[in-house]
Formats: sequence, C-alpha cells, structure tokens
Amino acid sequence: MNRSNFLASSTFRLTLLYVVLFTVSVLLLFSFIYWSSVRYMAIQSDAAIRTEIQALAERYESRGVPGLRRLILDRITRQQPTGSSLYLLSDPLGRPIVGNISRWPQVAPKDGWFNFNLDTSDRDEPGLHPARARRFQLTGGFQLLVGQDIHELKSAQRRIITALSWGVILTVLLGLAGGFFISRKMLTRLEVINETSQRIIAGELDQRVPMSSRQDEFDRLSSNLNQMLDQIQELMDGIRQVSDNIAHDLKTPLFRLRQKLESLTSGTSPDPAASLNLQDALAEADRLLNLFNALLRIARLESESARTIKRSLPLSDLVRDVAELYEPLSDEKHQHLSVNVQTPVAILADRDMLFQALANLVDNAVKYTPEGGYIWLTVTAEASSGVVTVCDSGPGIAPAEREKVFQRFYRADVSRSTPGNGLGLSLVRAVVHLHNGKLALLDNDPGLCIQVALPRILNDLKP
Amino acid sequence: MRILLIEDDPQAARYITRGLREAGHVLVVANNGADGLSMASDEEYDVLIIDRMLPSMDGLSIVQSLREQDNHAPVLILSALGDLEDRVSGLRAGGDDYLPKPFAFEELLARVEALGRRPNQGNVTTHLTVADLKMDILGRKVQRADKPIVLQPREFRLLEYLMRHSGQVVTRTMLLENVWDYHFDPQTNVIDVHVSRLRAKIDRDFEEPLLYTVRGAGYMLREPE
Repeated sequence: MNRSNFLASSTFRLTLLYVVLFTVSVLLLFSFIYWSSVRYMAIQSDAAIRTEIQALAERYESRGVPGLRRLILDRITRQQPTGSSLYLLSDPLGRPIVGNISRWPQVAPKDGWFNFNLDTSDRDEPGLHPARARRFQLTGGFQLLVGQDIHELKSAQRRIITALSWGVILTVLLGLAGGFFISRKMLTRLEVINETSQRIIAGELDQRVPMSSRQDEFDRLSSNLNQMLDQIQELMDGIRQVSDNIAHDLKTPLFRLRQKLESLTSGTSPDPAASLNLQDALAEADRLLNLFNALLRIARLESESARTIKRSLPLSDLVRDVAELYEPLSDEKHQHLSVNVQTPVAILADRDMLFQALANLVDNAVKYTPEGGYIWLTVTAEASSGVVTVCDSGPGIAPAEREKVFQRFYRADVSRSTPGNGLGLSLVRAVVHLHNGKLALLDNDPGLCIQVALPRILNDLKP
Repeated sequence: MRILLIEDDPQAARYITRGLREAGHVLVVANNGADGLSMASDEEYDVLIIDRMLPSMDGLSIVQSLREQDNHAPVLILSALGDLEDRVSGLRAGGDDYLPKPFAFEELLARVEALGRRPNQGNVTTHLTVADLKMDILGRKVQRADKPIVLQPREFRLLEYLMRHSGQVVTRTMLLENVWDYHFDPQTNVIDVHVSRLRAKIDRDFEEPLLYTVRGAGYMLREPE
C-alpha cells in the first residue's frame, strides 16, 4: 500500500480522531490534577502561616514582646540559610523590632493577606521572589507579619506543568504511533481481502479469502465473503447447467428436424426452387447445430478442471501446422502469413484443443485483415511460459471493446458483416484458462496482437 | 456390406437404418447392449456401429469384450458426448472411429464405408491408381497421363487419402482428422481451399476431372463415368 493511500485510510482517520479525543481528555485530566495540587499546596502554605501566627500569638500572650522576639529569632536562626518562612514584628509605630524582612510590604492587604514580591538580593538566591504573608494585630498595638517565600511553591508548580506537558506530548506521540501501527495491521488484513477480491474480479473465481485461527471480526468478514462467493459460484454453476441443458435439449429436436430435411432432399424433387429452399433450410439447421455444439463445448471447457489429458508438445510445431492449414486461405486474400519461431519451447497442452484455439485466432486474423495485409505468428519463450503471438494488420479492436470480445456472442461493430457466431474468442479464452494460460490483447498499430501464454515445461531438453 | 447397428433410440435407429439401406447396405439392428454383444459375437459383420450410451451394457464395454474375444471387426462409436476426452477413451477402448452426435448422415455413411474398406493390415500398398492418375507412395511421385505432377507434402497426403478412398465420399472432418491429424471444428472451410489447390494440380490440365465435390457432404475422387 502506498503512503497517500495509507493516510487516506478510514482506519487511520479514526485513529487520528481517537488520538485527538484522548489528548483532550488527558489535557482536562492533567488540568484538574494541576489545579487541585496547586490549590492543595496553597491551602497547606496558608494553614502553616495561620498555625505559626497562632503559636507566636500564644507566646506573645504568655511572655510578652521579649519572649516573642526570642522565639522569632530562634525560628529565623533555625531555618537559616534557606528557610522560606518570613517574620516581621513591629511596634505600634510600625518600626520593625525583629524579623527577616526589612519592612512591611508596600501592597494593600486583601482579607488580611499580602501577596508581594520579596527582594532577596541579600540571600544566596538573588532576585524577586513571590511571597505571601498575613498580618496579625497583637494586643498593645504590636503587629506581627508571618509569611512564606512561595518561590519554591511556584517552581514546584512549574515543574508540575512541565511534567504534565511532557505527559501530553507523550500521549500524542504514543497515540499516533499506536494508531499508525494498528491501522497498518488492520490495513494489511484488509489488503489481503482486497487482493483476493481483485483476483476474483480478474476471473479467478475459485479464489477464497484466507482466514486466521483467531476467529475475530476479520475472520467473520472473510468467512461471510467466502460463503457469499460459494453461493455465487453455485448460482453460476446452476445457470451454466441450465444453459447447458437447454442447448442439449434443443439440440435433439433440432437434429431430428435436420434429419427430416435431409431425407426430403434425398428424395426426388420435381420443383428446383423447393429443392433450393430445402438446401437453404438444411444449411440453416447445420448452422444452428454448430452454434449449439460450440456453446456446449465452451460450457464443458469452462466447467472442466485441469484433469484433461495433456501432454508435452513443441509449441512451434503446432503453430506451423496452423499456419500451414490457413496459408492457402490467406493466400487467396493475398495476405502475407509468416511464422517466426524465436525460441523452440515445449508446453503441456491438449493438442487438439490448443490447435482449435490457435486456429480460431488465425481464422479471425485472416477474416479481418484486408487484402494484401500481413499476419505474423511468433513463438517466444519466457521464464515460465511459451508465448504465441498472433498479430495482424487489420482494423484492430478499440481498447474499450477488448474485454467484451471474449464474451459469448459478442461481435465488434466492424465484424457484423463477416460470417461467424461470436463464439470463437470465447472458446479461445476457455481453452487458455483450462491450460492455466494467459490471454492478452495488444495494439499492433495498426492492427491487433493476441498473445497466448501457456505454462512451459522447463526440463524439456531432457530426453 | 453387412452392418450391425447397436442403438437403443428407435428414432435414431430408424434414421440410420433407412439411410444405410438406401445406400445399398444390409442392416441388422440390436436395441440393447447385451443383445448387441451376443449378435456381434455370433456372426461376422463388415462394420459395427455402436451407440456409446446403451441400456444393460454400455458401448465401450461391448467394444472391449469383442476385442478380448479377438474379434477385430471395424467399430464406429456414436456418442452424444462429443468431447475430446470421450473420443480418446472411445478409441482407446478399441473403437476404430468415433462420431459425435448429432451428425449429418453423409458423415456417417462416409465413415462407415471408409471403415468397411479399410485395407487389411499386413498388405502394404506402395502404388495407388485411379484412372490415369498414379501415385508412388514410397517414391513420393505422382503422375497423370504420364505427366509428372509436383505436390507439396500436405497435398501429397491429401491426395493419398483421397486415392485410398477412391469412389467413396470423404467428408471435410475426415480429411482434417486423417490428413492433418487434428480433431477440431474450423470456423471457415479451410479444407475447401486446400482441395481446390489440389484440384488445380491434378485436374486443370486434363479433360476429365477426377476430384468431385459432393454437395452437402464432402469430396470424392473417382474414375470418370
């Protein structure tokens, strides 16, 4: 399968849709994870601040400003140098008494909370750090600020975002890769079914879709297809049988009719006109009988398998015999009939049937090639087949009509005026199929080439 | 000739019998296989015409039994199964000729007469003569009224067959089968062209023609009347 084909496949489009849906839900899920973890972290941090304020307020109640100051100093010292807790105690006039920040934040509090940027140029990690703090009014006009440098929190949040983004990217990549893989696998199995169908369309009616042992939906599809094909085959056999029977049943009365006509002609006839009419009727009956015989023969050839008697034949001998038989006929039309054997090749065939097929081809060539035209018979050998090509300089067959000429009773427009029953090429095709050969119509520009390829015998050089 | 016809279909039997009697032959008819076999074994006939599909015993078994009894009377097998395979099996069983049904009566008559006059094996003919036409088979030479006639190999074989069956109707199918050795139905009458070529060589420069066309049947090479 080619690339554009693959990208256009419905499996791949489905997979793509699935990947998009999956990515969206992963995004939603990750957003929720992010949101809830950030919220949890903020709540934790706020709770810690409240607890600290509680503890400091209690110390102030019991020990007063000096006790509180000592405790704050103690806390600051203990968390040095990287601690994230912020403390500031100021007197009623707002002058700082103790703390690890120099002044009150210059922002307006919201619900008692300050969100501000902390200048940390004096610390080992310089720069502005985001911070969050709460003010607590102590008795006696003292004010306490307890906060946290939430720089760590923010970077943790960033790390979560990074991790989740990678998660999303990985999801998309894995989803695409998986989709690619799955659609390929699906396509491969579908392709098997398609190829089989193509072969059946091409005429190999006995082909069946192969099945795996998994009994999955593809196998069910294959099995249904196969059953359908079996049924079609049965119907076709039925039709063939019926037409076979019709031809057979009509043949007998027709034959009796012919016998009656024949006995009439042999008797003494005083009227010459009547005897002429009888001759015509007899000829017509013969034509009909020949038609039925040809139909029956094709029907039998088509239903026959390869069990027919075949033997090894030099293809060139057969072709020379056909040419020899038709040479006087083409001579009468001043046509140039030539045989060119490039490589002698032996094939496995039924001599009479193949002769009939080749004779039909040459017969057609002689019929349709104008006076003074050319007919070439060529024998070549390919790796696994012997090939006979019958070319002529006649009118040829339009490409649109090429497949139709093998149908029974089909006659191309140019051939309506020439005698024939429209069964010649059907018979050729039946014979070639029976020999597992291939039949091709090619352009001769001008004219037509018909190529018959038959399986060759490879060890034909052995005695 | 004395001919035994083994045929179960009364209509076909009547048709064959009447025609052959009109042609001057003596006909004996058996309408089933068992009778036919006993009649063929009891008496001597010039030709046996045996339908392939018969009640009680099929045509091929009759031929086989006859051949096992060392009876070598020429046998023509008639069959509705005209296909090649059937023809081959018919000839393998010991039949001398095979005619698919339906057939034109002329075809049957020509084949029966050809069978009846089949030369005895062992008697090798080297020269054939019809009127003033002479053929030296071994020397591949033909002359008429002492004038040599040059023939192509196929024309020679065609003339040889016609001369061997001189005075007899020879059908186009018989010519295809015996001269070309192919069993097939030509779409056009290719044989006619070959015969007219031969006729041009053996008849054109002479007063009396020897090769005649028998309308509706085939050809006949015979002495002028």
